Amino acid sequence: MKITESEVRSVADLANLKLTEPEIARLVKDLDEILTHMDALNELDTSTVEPMAQVLYQSEETATLRADQPIPPLGNEAALANAPLAGAGYYKVPKVIER
Amino acid sequence: MSAPSIASLTIEQVQAGLAARQFSAVELAQSALQFAQAENPKTNAYLHFSPERALAAAERVDQKLASGENAGPLAGVPLAVKDVIVTKGVRTTCGSRLLEHYIPPYDATAVVRLEQAGAVILGKTNCDEFAMGSSNENSAFGPVRNPVALDRVPGGSSGGSAAAVAQGTAVVALGSDTGGSVRQPASFCGVVGVTPTYGRVSRYGLVAFASSLDHIGPFGRTVRDAALLLETMAGRDDRDATSAFAPVPNFVKQLDGEVAGTRIGLPREYFQGLASESGDRIYRAIEVLKKLGCEVRDISLPATKYAVPCYYIIATAEASSNLARYDGVRYTTRANEETLSGMYRGTRGEGFGAECKRRIMLGTYVLSRGYYDAYYLKAQKVRALIAEDFRRAFTEVDAIVAPVSPSPAFKIGEKIDDPLEMYLSDIYTITGDLAGIPCMSVPCGKTSEGLPVGMQILTRHFDETGMFRLADAFEKAGGFAGSN
Repeated sequence: MKITESEVRSVADLANLKLTEPEIARLVKDLDEILTHMDALNELDTSTVEPMAQVLYQSEETATLRADQPIPPLGNEAALANAPLAGAGYYKVPKVIER
Repeated sequence: MSAPSIASLTIEQVQAGLAARQFSAVELAQSALQFAQAENPKTNAYLHFSPERALAAAERVDQKLASGENAGPLAGVPLAVKDVIVTKGVRTTCGSRLLEHYIPPYDATAVVRLEQAGAVILGKTNCDEFAMGSSNENSAFGPVRNPVALDRVPGGSSGGSAAAVAQGTAVVALGSDTGGSVRQPASFCGVVGVTPTYGRVSRYGLVAFASSLDHIGPFGRTVRDAALLLETMAGRDDRDATSAFAPVPNFVKQLDGEVAGTRIGLPREYFQGLASESGDRIYRAIEVLKKLGCEVRDISLPATKYAVPCYYIIATAEASSNLARYDGVRYTTRANEETLSGMYRGTRGEGFGAECKRRIMLGTYVLSRGYYDAYYLKAQKVRALIAEDFRRAFTEVDAIVAPVSPSPAFKIGEKIDDPLEMYLSDIYTITGDLAGIPCMSVPCGKTSEGLPVGMQILTRHFDETGMFRLADAFEKAGGFAGSN
């Protein structure tokens, strides 16, 4: 087994996902199968290879700093328009700090 | 005179019709909307239509034409946009329950540029939830049926866009490609689908899936239409720091049929395990390319067999991070829970579908302490080997020709219960995304059951010109029909 049920539960915790019992059972099976397949990568010796985090290509040098000009922002009302709950110009969420 | 059916129109024909006053842009938009809405129940390709926006865009085109102004290279052209690309004031769901009611407050740069060029957005197309899937069965709003064979999938994740162009309910469409999500549905539906060089098209307004792999790409019924769409939306955008500064050539002007002497590599790893009929169509297509004067040789891309595990580690890791934002605070949907943490968990648990959850879990796992080096870092190193394979190959050849998918469109439901098998079917398309090179699918005939087969063309970074020229010459030589 590559992954146990208790590992699946703790990963779900890390990912902030509430899962049902059937979902957890299914994920144990699926992730185990997928992770087993991923073991194939260990066949490759990569001890001298630099990791590739981003697509790289040959190009001319470019000035990547743009002019520092103000651009009108989205605006408070538009930014909050999709909020499930908003008030006084803010997103509202359940209370975090108890008095 | 009334507007023609849009089912087989090309961009050139739209332009000619407008110039000859055969129809107005508004007449065309009305007729296109009517046709698309009537046809849509057959395939479920569109999730929603945007008639107000379409007619407003068409009116602007008509006003420009009336005053003798240049109305743009895409004047009046009916366009469908994948529902992971945001449209101001037009619902954008990403195929997810979580965003069922999300109305974006801004437009994606690609959308802005196409509309400025005269395009008319008819509506938003169905897709796998957050672009995660290879069959369009992961949409929260029902699967898309392939217009060529209604019991089969259109491919994914941009299944709705491919289906709309194939069905004729849009002239061109926008999709997004992270691991093959434009090319694979293009091949399944028998249309042209393009993944440009990484950074060629701004992703501002493309809802993020895996940021080091995401691309916006066009669909068309002809190579010329797809090339025109790409050159119109490509180029540096200050709102996407990863968009490239490279100048955008005029792709369409260079479709001159001059392909004799082009050195084409056939990677042997891509021709193993290919369904026999798909293989036959690709080999016939290669004969067409030879007749056009291309020099064909075998090459090897040895890291190919590691592409699927490499991709599904990197893509899910990035997805687990990108999808963290759907926490119930900002985006329309929230679970009613007493505590903040309960709200996060409940919102995500109820909102995401099975495939998104699977990928979030996998991505979180490979990034977690104790596994990061073994999975994520390892995959990034293997990615470098895959990119190096291509770099080396392109010192010997100018283009690579390969299949798009191991088999043609499969039946709806056939693979949905086997996620690993679904992932393995992406083998030939994910490598182009990992390397960030331009690649496309062009139709090259049909199987005996009438299912389309696509041929993939891959070229060097920023050489979309060479890729389009080859595809266009192949199309003009009758290659799309897959004749002998």
